[in-house]
Amino acid sequence: MAHATAAHDDHEHNPTGWRRYVYSTNHKDIGTMYLWFAIFSGLVGGFMSIMMRWELMEPGIQIFHGLAHMVYGIGDTSADAIDAGKNMFNVFVTAHGLLMIFFMVMPAMIGGFGNWFVPLMIGAPDMAFPRMNNISFWLLPPALILLVLSMFVEGSSGTFGVGGGWTLYPPYSTTGQPGPAVDFAILSMHLAGASSILGAINFITTIFNMRAPGMTLHKMPLFVWSVLVTVFLLLLSLPVFAGAITMLLTDRNFGTSFFRPEGGGDPILYQHLFWFFAHPEVYILILPGFGIVSQIISTFSKKPVFGYLGMAYAMVAIGLVGFIVWAHHMYTVGMAVDTQAYFVAATMVIAVPTGVKIFSWIATMWGGSIEFRTPMLWAIGFIFLFTVGGVTGVVLANAGVDRSLHDTYYVVAHFHYVLSLGAVFSIFGGWYYWFPKMFGYMYNPTLARAHFWIQFIGVNLLFFPQHFLGLAGMPRRYIDYPDVFSGWNYVSSWGSYISAFSILIFLWCIVEAFMKKRVAGDNPWGESATTLEWTLSSPPPFHQFSTLPVIR
Amino acid sequence: MRKLFASLTVMGAALSGAPAAIAAGLGQPVEWQMNLQQAASPVMTFITSFHNGLLILITIICLFVLGLLIWVCVRYNANSNPVPSRTTHNTLVEVVWTVVPILILIGIAIPSFRLLYFQRDFPAAEMTVKAIGNQWFWSYEYPEHDVSFDQYLKSRNELKDGEPYLLATDTEVVVPVNKVVRVIVTANDVLHAWTIPSFGSKIDAVPGRLNETWFKAEKEGIFYGQCSELCGKDHAYMPITVRVVSDDEYTAWLEKAKTAGVEQAQEHLAAILKTKGKLALGAAGTSSN
Repeated sequence: MAHATAAHDDHEHNPTGWRRYVYSTNHKDIGTMYLWFAIFSGLVGGFMSIMMRWELMEPGIQIFHGLAHMVYGIGDTSADAIDAGKNMFNVFVTAHGLLMIFFMVMPAMIGGFGNWFVPLMIGAPDMAFPRMNNISFWLLPPALILLVLSMFVEGSSGTFGVGGGWTLYPPYSTTGQPGPAVDFAILSMHLAGASSILGAINFITTIFNMRAPGMTLHKMPLFVWSVLVTVFLLLLSLPVFAGAITMLLTDRNFGTSFFRPEGGGDPILYQHLFWFFAHPEVYILILPGFGIVSQIISTFSKKPVFGYLGMAYAMVAIGLVGFIVWAHHMYTVGMAVDTQAYFVAATMVIAVPTGVKIFSWIATMWGGSIEFRTPMLWAIGFIFLFTVGGVTGVVLANAGVDRSLHDTYYVVAHFHYVLSLGAVFSIFGGWYYWFPKMFGYMYNPTLARAHFWIQFIGVNLLFFPQHFLGLAGMPRRYIDYPDVFSGWNYVSSWGSYISAFSILIFLWCIVEAFMKKRVAGDNPWGESATTLEWTLSSPPPFHQFSTLPVIR
Repeated sequence: MRKLFASLTVMGAALSGAPAAIAAGLGQPVEWQMNLQQAASPVMTFITSFHNGLLILITIICLFVLGLLIWVCVRYNANSNPVPSRTTHNTLVEVVWTVVPILILIGIAIPSFRLLYFQRDFPAAEMTVKAIGNQWFWSYEYPEHDVSFDQYLKSRNELKDGEPYLLATDTEVVVPVNKVVRVIVTANDVLHAWTIPSFGSKIDAVPGRLNETWFKAEKEGIFYGQCSELCGKDHAYMPITVRVVSDDEYTAWLEKAKTAGVEQAQEHLAAILKTKGKLALGAAGTSSN
């Protein structure tokens, strides 16, 4: 009997139907779910940004009073509707940020590509803790549901939703909005954070213990390195965030006064705790992108990555320094001048390893034999746009100049250049790079290129004018603005419609690929795609590497 | 679409040498503005020169990276270079692209620290104004003179000719020109932030804290700012107005404010300025130096 059971275990007994996904312990299925989840959240968050740009297309309140009337039924009088609309705009600002960060970029990069390709690239059969992998994913949908629910319960009195921005600064997130909406958002962040911490533990264990024979740390593909650094940042920073928002929760509900000056607390303490998490968080959003871009550049230049060790340790350096620069988000809170000077110096240090990465990518292409396949377009676009976002970051690092630019559209332009044009371009690059591997089909390259070019034009038109608005002094998170700002806002809104159109092409490109079912083959990119995933079939078998590959 | 075309025409005009369209406003922004507002204080003058230097530097860096990218795409594409090299290391190049950025950053840091300490080493104040953020208006106190008042947004139908909507307020903070003004900033309810772009001053208003900034306005005129920390539904509707006047005009305003209240003082000041033809001293502005 014992023998029979053991023999039975050798067979693949894959669950089918809904059980295959809900009960899944398979890193590829979980990765796929993460990717669909990220696409869904990205569409919701993107829809919100289009609404905001439509609103900001012209001065005055254009649509949000109508939206508030449609969604909440508020609007017996036009003044009520306008007030509800103003609040709803802030709710959209907040939800757009949280959705794009916690439910789009992180699930796509770490949960999606990380789950799919870290085990494949290191020659492992699966993640170290497959059941924990399952709960990591399945914590996210409830987190998303809580965040969406928060938009339909009371926030500040008489209005719905959380309107304090993704930073959730007190006192606006405590006494400013007494309704339960903020509690919903905090609990949502707790769940999303727990999901990420569990995922981080899983990745660290997998990468340290499950590499195939011969796959030393210094032979790992750079994408694996980038995920390794990223998950360490998650593991170390998220508990601080969890603590900070738990203190918010007790300040709100149990009479504590961590952040309440009338009880001896300090609102600035929250900002320190928040940014101690949130600065590493913004590197969490971009580091896996660095890894993806390195793989793509190397593959399509038909050359190994230039300065591999420098590239790997540049990411380690960015991760380490990322922990000691947090207060550069807080130059205007009234910190002592010497403190500000320290954060200026520490922040500028980050430009050095980032510069090493940019130049190493270009050096990888130098002397190569470059093929401009779709993923390569995204990677090259990434390098340039990330450079633009990076240099405005150097400007903002200077506390003296930040005095003028803090909380203006210049900051919005800066972080969208590094995230919406940096991180998102690397995600799309990864998507078009690994799509044939993950699903076995080849997309229509013409559609995919159209997606790239239209989005490239759209996002630049969208975000470049925002530098001008910020320099001219337009504050961020404003539903309405003086008439003189209308010109660049109008251009910016057209940019957002163009990028929205490109997302429709992206979706059509997916549908088209699944309809046409062009077989991609094991390795559509040729022999310069050297990482282990290309040695497997497309899509890979349900369980791979029953016999571990040996790396020489 | 018609507006888009019009805007392109304006941009074309701006680029082809109609500097008025892109000249920065004094005290308030202008249409199609592309750079900082005009400086009216020593701090903002320093910020502007430092920023414009940085702008040139970062433009060069971006163009350099773009140029390299275009070069490798043209020279090393699969058609012009079918056989890739296997070069993966070049110690000299790697040292250069590490050391040169460090040198550039040191070059940036030196003026940056000078600017920072210039901003935050407060000179001896010649007068003090206290600004208090509320949802959604500012309150002001002149602690040395027992003058206090609130400042609310002017709705569109309250605007007098030329006043910009969402910047103009019912009362104005009045300060004398060429005096070091200390601004003490706090808040009653949630975070706000007090700023006047042309002065290069921005400081958060935090409940339970007294924050401090300063400015020395070198030009007379009216200067606008907007709340710069998300504070709720009317965040966009609590602007800040400072009017900089001569010493005599300031004294006249202050005496009236102490005896008859701020509303009367404002009318009094307006009358004085009107006779001197200085009432609409906004975007045009004159230097009193």
